[in-house]
Formats: sequence, C-alpha cells, structure tokens
Amino acid sequence: MDEILTYAQAEPAGTVAYAEAGGLLSSVWLLVAIPLVSAAILLLLGRRADRWGHWLGVAAIGAAFVLGLSYFFQLRGLENKSVELSLWDFITVGDLRVDFGLLFDPLAAVFVLLITGVGFLIHLYAVEYMAHDEGRRRFFAYFNLFVAAMLLLVLGNNYVMLYFGWEGVGLASYLLISFWYGRPSAATAGKKAFLMNRVGDAGLAIGIFIMFATLGTTQYDEVFNGVGALAGGTVLVLGLLLLLGAAGKSGQFPLQAWLPDAMEGPTPVSALIHAATMVTAGVYLIARSNPVFSANSTLQLVVVSVGAITLLMGCLIGAAKDDIKRVLAWSTVSQIGYMFLGVGLGGAAYALAIVHLLAHGFFKANMFLGAGSVMHGMNDQVDIRRFGGLSKYMKVTWITFMMGWLAIIGMFPFSGFFSKEPIIVAAFEREGWTAWLFGGAALLGAGLTAFYMTRLFVLTFHGPKRWTEDIEHPHESPKLMTIPLILLAIGSVGAGFLLATSVPDWLTATAGLGAQEEGHEAVLSHTVITVLSLLVTVLGAGLAWMLFRNGTATAPQPAGVLVTAARRNLYTDAFNEAVFEKPGIFLTRALVFIDNRGVDGLVNGLAAAVGGGSGRLRRLQTGFVRSYATSILTGALLVVAAFLAVQAGWLA
Amino acid sequence: MTELKLPSIDYAALAPILIMLGAALLGVLVEAFVPRRRRHLVQLSLALAAVLAALVMVVRGAGDRLITIGGAIAIDGPALFLQGAILVLAAMSLLLIGERSVERGGAFVAQAAVTAESADDRRQAEGKNGATEVYPLTTFAIGGMLIFVAANDLLTMFIALEVFSLPLYLLCALARRRRLLSQEAAMKYFLLGAYASAFFLFGVALVYGFTAGIPGRAAGVDFATVHAAVKESPASPVLLFAGMALLAIGLLFKAAAAPFHVWTPDVYQGAPTPVTSFMAACTKVAAFGALLRVFHVAFADAAWDFTPVLGVVAVLTMLVGAVLAVTQTDIKRLLAYSSIANAGYLLVGVLAPSGAGISGTMFYLAAYGFSVLAAFAVVTLVRDADGEATHLSRWAGLGRRSPFYAGIFTFILLAFAGIPLTSGFTSKFAVFGPALEAGHAWLVVAGVLTSMVLAFPYLRVVVMMWLSEPGESTPTVTVPGGLTATALMIGVVATLVLGVVPAPLLDLATDAAAFVR
Repeated sequence: MDEILTYAQAEPAGTVAYAEAGGLLSSVWLLVAIPLVSAAILLLLGRRADRWGHWLGVAAIGAAFVLGLSYFFQLRGLENKSVELSLWDFITVGDLRVDFGLLFDPLAAVFVLLITGVGFLIHLYAVEYMAHDEGRRRFFAYFNLFVAAMLLLVLGNNYVMLYFGWEGVGLASYLLISFWYGRPSAATAGKKAFLMNRVGDAGLAIGIFIMFATLGTTQYDEVFNGVGALAGGTVLVLGLLLLLGAAGKSGQFPLQAWLPDAMEGPTPVSALIHAATMVTAGVYLIARSNPVFSANSTLQLVVVSVGAITLLMGCLIGAAKDDIKRVLAWSTVSQIGYMFLGVGLGGAAYALAIVHLLAHGFFKANMFLGAGSVMHGMNDQVDIRRFGGLSKYMKVTWITFMMGWLAIIGMFPFSGFFSKEPIIVAAFEREGWTAWLFGGAALLGAGLTAFYMTRLFVLTFHGPKRWTEDIEHPHESPKLMTIPLILLAIGSVGAGFLLATSVPDWLTATAGLGAQEEGHEAVLSHTVITVLSLLVTVLGAGLAWMLFRNGTATAPQPAGVLVTAARRNLYTDAFNEAVFEKPGIFLTRALVFIDNRGVDGLVNGLAAAVGGGSGRLRRLQTGFVRSYATSILTGALLVVAAFLAVQAGWLA
Repeated sequence: MTELKLPSIDYAALAPILIMLGAALLGVLVEAFVPRRRRHLVQLSLALAAVLAALVMVVRGAGDRLITIGGAIAIDGPALFLQGAILVLAAMSLLLIGERSVERGGAFVAQAAVTAESADDRRQAEGKNGATEVYPLTTFAIGGMLIFVAANDLLTMFIALEVFSLPLYLLCALARRRRLLSQEAAMKYFLLGAYASAFFLFGVALVYGFTAGIPGRAAGVDFATVHAAVKESPASPVLLFAGMALLAIGLLFKAAAAPFHVWTPDVYQGAPTPVTSFMAACTKVAAFGALLRVFHVAFADAAWDFTPVLGVVAVLTMLVGAVLAVTQTDIKRLLAYSSIANAGYLLVGVLAPSGAGISGTMFYLAAYGFSVLAAFAVVTLVRDADGEATHLSRWAGLGRRSPFYAGIFTFILLAFAGIPLTSGFTSKFAVFGPALEAGHAWLVVAGVLTSMVLAFPYLRVVVMMWLSEPGESTPTVTVPGGLTATALMIGVVATLVLGVVPAPLLDLATDAAAFVR
C-alpha cells in the first residue's frame, strides 16, 4: 500500500489524468448515437420518410442538446471534471493500442453545447428554408450525420477518434456543399473544399503516426504526459503537422481558399458548418493539444503568425466582396484568425480563444441565417449592391442582423467586445517587438472588421433601393425562420458577458488549459488598449457609414491596386493554381502518357530513328503486349541494377 | 548401399491442399460422366463442399507449426491464416462464379472455342448455359494458392505458381460477352505471366548457385538453406542479389506492383467479373503470402539491402495506382488501379521487419479481399441489355435508381478510401503502424499522401452516383440471385465489422505471425 502511495506522489505535478465515467455520464455515447441513428433512418427509409423526416432530424438534435445539458450539470458536480468512457479496444497491433473511447471534460462540454444548441436552432430554421426543396429529407440526413461526426470529433479521448470525426465532418461537408449539384459552381466548390481539406487531413494523419512512432500511443492523457520527454525538433514537426490539419479544416492561411467557395451550399449549411462549428475544429484541435503547442515557443510563434496573417487577409478580402455570403465567409476566416491568434499566444489566452469561438458561433450563425432570410425574401439574390433599404421590409431580420453586426465589430456591451478585446490585450502582452506586431495586427483587424461589416450592413438594410426589376415587395420570412434568428440575436447580445466571466474559470479544469504562464507586462495598459480598440472600431464603422449610406454603384467600378488584389482574393487562387494545380495536372498527364505510350514510344522512337520510315512506326504501335513486356523488362533491369547497386555500396 | 529414405508426410496438415486438388480431379471426372443439365449444380456443390471441408481442416489444424513432406511444405501460423483467408474469399468468389440468375446462363461462355462476334457467338450470348469447366479450373487454382503460401522451398513455390496461374489464364478467356476483350486479356496475361515466371525461375537458379559451398550443408533452394547461405555463403553476393531481384520480380508481377502492373487494368477489365474478383482477392493473398515468406524467412538477414529497393517499388506502386486511378473512366479499370495502389500499401507491411508487420499485412489482405469482392459483386449487378455497364458515365444517377445498391457501393468505396469505421482504415493502420516502428517513415508518408489522392476518384464515383440525375442510358441494378446476394452481404458486413471491431481478427493474425524455418 505504501509503495502505491509513494508512486502516486512521485508523479510530476500537472500530470493529466482522467476519471472513469460513472452514473449518468456513462451514457455519454448517446450524444453521438442519437443523431447517427436518425441519419441512418432518414437515409434508409427513403421517400417513405419524406413527410416527417425533417422533424425527426430536428428532434434528434434537440434530444442531444437536452442530454448534453444534463451531462454538463452532472460534470459540474464532479471533483475531477474530466471523465473518460472506454467503449472497447479498437485496434491492437503489436505495441499499438487504440481505445474506442470518449472523453467528457469542460472543453468537450462547451463544444457539445455549442454544436447541439446552435445546431438545433439552425435545424429548426432549415425546416422552413428547405421547405420547397424536394431533397429536404436527404438534406436533414446529411445534416444529422454532420452533427454526429462533429460530436465524435470533440468527444473522442484520443487522436484517432478525433480523426474519425474529422473525416466524418469533411465527408458531410462535402456532401452538403455539393447538395445543389445542378449548379456547376457548387460541384467545383465541393471538390475544392475536399482537396484542400485532404491536404490538411494528410498533415493530421502523419502527425498521428508520428505520435505512434515516438510515444507509442494516441490517448490524449498519455500523449500530453509524454510530450515533455520528446526532442524539441520532434515536437516542432508534430505541432506543425497538427497545425496543417487545423489550418485545412478551419480555412486558415495557406489553406483558406476553399471556405468562401463552400458558400455554394444551402445557407443553413453555411451557418452551421462553415461558420459556427466545423471550421472551428482547428481551434479545438490546437486547444486540445495545448500541451504539445505550449512545449515549443517556435511552434507558438508560427500559430500566432498564421492567425495574424489570416485575420488581416480575411478583413482585406471581405471589404472588397459584393456577395453577402462571401463577405460573411471571409469574415469567418478572419475571426477564426483571431482564435488562432488566441490559442497561439498560449497560457490564459487559450480560454479567451474558446470564448471567442463560442461567441462567434452565436453571432455568425445569426448573421448567416439573417443573410439566408434576406435571400429568401429577395429571390435568392446575393449581391449586396442589389439590396438597400430592406430595414423597412424585414424588421425582424434587420434588428437581429444588427445585433450580430454590433457583436462582431466588438461594440460594448455586445458579445464580441467581451471576447475579442481580451485577445487583443493578450497579444500586446507578448515580449518585445512581437507585442507591437501582433497587437497592432489584432487592433488593425478590429478596425477593418468594423469597416467591412458596416459596409455590408448599410448596403443591405439602409440607403436607397437598388433591387433588380423582378422584386416588388420583399417579404419577411416565416416564423420558423425568425424565431431562431431572435434566439441567436439574444445570444449575440447577452452571451458575451456571461461567457467572458464564467467560461475561462470553467475551462481551467480541462487538461493543460489551466496552466497559467508567467504574465508579461503589457506594452500598453489595459485601459489604453480598450479605448484604442473601441476607437478604431468606431472609426472603421463611421468611415463605412459615410461612404456607403447613399448606396453604391450596381456594377463593378475600376479600382486601385489594393482593391483589385482583394477582389481577386489577394491572388492566392492564382498562386494555388500555378504552384499546385498545374504541376498536379502535369504529373497526372505525364504518368498517363508513360503508362500508355511512354516506354513504347521510346522504343518506337529508337526504331524509327534506326530504320526510318513512318510506316514501320505505325506498324509497331499496334502491339501492346510487346510494349507491356518492354515496360516489365525495363522495370526488371532497374530493380536488378538497384539491388546490385545496393550490394556494391554494401561492399564498399 | 544407401537406404532409400522416404520423407515423412503429415497428411492431416496437408489435408486442405489434398482436398482441393482431389476435388479438382473429381470435377474433371464430373465433366466427363455427369449429364450436362446437372453438371452446374453438381460442380458448384462439389467445389463449395471442398472449400468448406478444406476450411474445416485448416481450422482444426490451427495449432500446427511444422515442416513436412521432406521440407517442401511449411504449415505454420502465416500459412494457416492465409490458407484460411484464401478459402473464405474463394468460397465467396465461387458464389459469384456460380450465379446464374443475374444473367441467363451465368457470366461464362458456353463454348470457349466459338469464334468471337460470329453468329454462334451471338447465339451463345443469348442465354446458353455457361461452361462448367470453370469449377475444376477454379478449384485447381485454389489448390495451387494453398500450396503457394505454404511452400517451403523455391521450387515448390514455382510449381505452385504455375498450378494456380495456368487455370487463371484460361478463366480470363471465358467471358460470355465482349469475347474479343476477354480473349485479348487472357492472351496478355498468359504471355506476360510466362515472362514473369521465367524471371522467377532464373532467380531460383541464381540463388541455388549462391547456396553452393556453405560449410556442412548441401546446396539447395529450401528456405533454411537460403537463409544459412545469406549468413555465411562464400559465393559472390552478386548471385544473391541478382537472384533475389529476379525472384522479387516474379512475385511482384503477381502482386501487381509497379512497374510490373501493366497487365492488371487490361486483364481485370477483360476477364469475366467473377474471375476478376477472384484474382483481386485470392491472387493478391497468395502473392503477398509468398512475398512475406520469401523475404521474412529466406532473405530476412538481407533486409538491410532489399528494403530500400522494394521500398521504392512500393512508393512507385502507390503513386502509379493512385494517380492513374484519377483518370479512369471504366469502373473495372478504376478498381484495377485501386488494387495496384493497395499492393503498394501491402508492400509497406511486408517490409516492416517484425511480427506486427506480418500480422498487419495478413489482416490487410483479408480485409481488402472482402471489400474488393463486394465491390465486384456490385459491378456484376449494374447492367443493361449488353451485359455489365462498366463505363463510369453510365453509373451517373445510380443512387436515384437503386439507392440500396448505390449505398452499398458507396460504403465499399469509402472503405477503399480509408474512411474510419471501415476496414479500409483499420487495415491501413495495421500496416502503417509497424512500418513506423521499424523507422520506415518515408513509406508511411507516401502511403498517407497517396491514399489522400486515391480518395478523390472514389468520391468522384460516389458523387456521380448520388448527385447526378439519372440519364436515359443509366442502367438498372438487377436483383441479385441468392448466391451473389450472399457473397455481397458477407463482403459488406466483413468490411463494417473489421472496421468497427477489428480486434478479434487482428489478435488471430498476431498469434499467427511467426514463420517456422
């Protein structure tokens, strides 16, 4: 007995340990199972479920929300606020063991509440939004599938489980973006999202394999406890690979291009997947892996830089776009940049990033659904140059959108103020000149955000009408659409204060997130930063109001270098095309060529050169088996030569 | 006077092989003596009964670890596991081969010698009963494969290679429709197969030369001698390495690894689909079983030398399979390239020098076999008046016409793409893990990257099936007969179960992962 006690004491402080799940919490798997079963029912029953299928989908998410809430309260009463539920041994090969298990801790709990809570409202909204679409049942099936995968992602107790969810949400997102497959742009966007996500996924997968190779496990607790013993270089590579995965999923630099294109999907999809939940999976990954990221300061610097670059890039491009959903999409890119900035700063800023994530989930979903409501009333028009003066016609949409707008630009006392301003303060708390660099970027971003969001808001709801001829009287959306809007707007207003005061404390119980770092003295005092950030916000918003209160031209205007660059996504698409797409296409063509004709052609070329005469060349090209045999012979010669070369090296 | 010593033979351990070969001989007699009408039923029952009996014998002998019949055959863990896998997959293939309700008369030509495109050919295609010779041919091939994975010397291995290859060449030529394509495939496969066999045989000769002169041992091609020779032969290592290279080429040809893969797409496309599925599942198991044995038993001590070369082959194979799959327009060719890429992943497992590498490879082989059989089973069902509709454009909108089968096919494709909770994920995991432990990170990185590329053509098919409107030329899915349905369901359920609870089979493979020498 004594020995065991000594052993327990010998464990270093800060060791991550999870308690066994008991009582009500042992049924935590229901959270994933309920939406999954509902999705399966909707897909398998086919047309028979067309009439009531959407309500099943809504009910499943509602049930998951209620369950999530009760687990949440259950967790509050526990001493060790992290419980683990191991369902079964998933894979055991040699020394590798992967557990099929779930982890419910404060970090997972807030994500569960966000996913099911906001998800429920968006499901409700979609019942009406998709009412005239004959694929509505299928839509809800994919939607439920997405929620199940997302819950698995945040509830897994090891990186392989996270990867399951990761692939699952990617798949569901792909299906939902391409949902309106009739539009070629939707199909292309789906493909783009898929490909860019694969780049990120490959990073994550290799990162997980590196954990296996170096630590022999992927369980969160074992990885976090073991990461301290790893070499600095290994941690750096591991962290960069995880960051690549996170950047792919969250639309961060340099993998940001897919997210705005993903807006081709139905609006509720944009609201749920591409604003509130899935795109924040990258932030979750980094917050969850905080012991890895905190272990290496270079890594943190990279994360902070990615966040800062993305947030400025998103603001600049967002200011030049005219499509309401794309402006919102670039603003999502930019706001997630803030979250990356937060998680990259480390220490107490982890919690701040999560707070901003939650607040963002509310106000961005609110604005996306508002945009959907505007489109609903305007014959699916998305061009903000063709709106104007809608505040008179769509009162509820207008007011709720206004709440979202004030929240995102960080106006006191809306939620964005409580969530974004602390991140700016934290950025100023870095050491030396980087404090000025990143703090300045965050501050500039706040001003730009105020500018382009105000532009969006004013051009849509105020100023002269610039509608297309076919619209006479825009109508407000039906109740089922406005009620979720109102609830989300209340969240945008009220949630900020609540979140900023309670969530950070609550999150300290999550492994690693409570580790407070030695605070540096901020280069500017807190009050000065607060005043400055409010000031740039007011300046940005005021400038936009001045410029756009009288409307804008309905056709693209000639513009300077910066605006043109921003309209073209700062030339990142052109860059991707030149660097990745062209070589990829070339490689494929070259391989196809070699496979079909290459070896044959080479031999034929020789034959033609020796014997002359094109007739002979043509005659030779008919024999395929011979060319296959030639290819095999070439390969055989190469393999033998390689073996002999190895052997020669061995002798030397 | 030296006394003639007969080798001792453990008949019980050899029973699976003997049963299959005996059943094949019996099948030949059935062809001669049983009336034509009843042959199909008798032959199918005979073949299935033989496979089941052999399987029972494999299970009964599960604990055997021995070398018998004068050192020619080794019955050990890997041999038994792979024999079991071959028999289960072969039973499923036989179900597909025996199906006669999807197409009248079955997937095989009535009389193989009929001139293609002639009036006779058209008549036979209209529903004459297919040739029943396919059953003895298949049974011979299965018997050969069972020997192949258990062969304990290179000559036995070569004979086994021929025993299972020759029937396969014939089987490829027996498609009921598209006779020219089928005959061309068989011809190509035969010529190139013979070519590859020559490499193998030449390799055997060189290795034999290398084993000469070890102190206290006669020259020989059994694996124990080769193993000893690698350690202490005074002969020039050039013999060893050239021999090893040529042996590898012969085996890599069967395994469809680049650059010896060129036959695969044409043969997979031309052969009757049930035969394609048999090749994709069982030949793969046999070929990799032999690769495992040769490189883990005979040449284990030269691992330092062959790993770089075979590693490059593996990467090339993955790359060729994945990239070329992207541009395919025929579903059978797409699956062929996917099988090439999978050969690359399997090689990664073969190169991991540990028990975990062996068990991972064996698990992968079994899991992949189930999935690929199910995939080809669906291919046999999607058809129009001219037989199977294999062009991808014809599959557009299939999800609307037949959601159930399109759903099954989607699931199988997701498994191929390695999406979690399918066997495709767990099996990749099982081979990549040991490779990393062995320090072959570059192989794993290549594997992960190419599997990301490979996911794209799969998902393209998924999207085409679900997110396109069915056109006028979209074929319907024929309701499968009981045999195909059984094979299909076994494949799908295995793919799911091995994805969700892979532990039992993995444990079995781990227990079986030790060769005897």
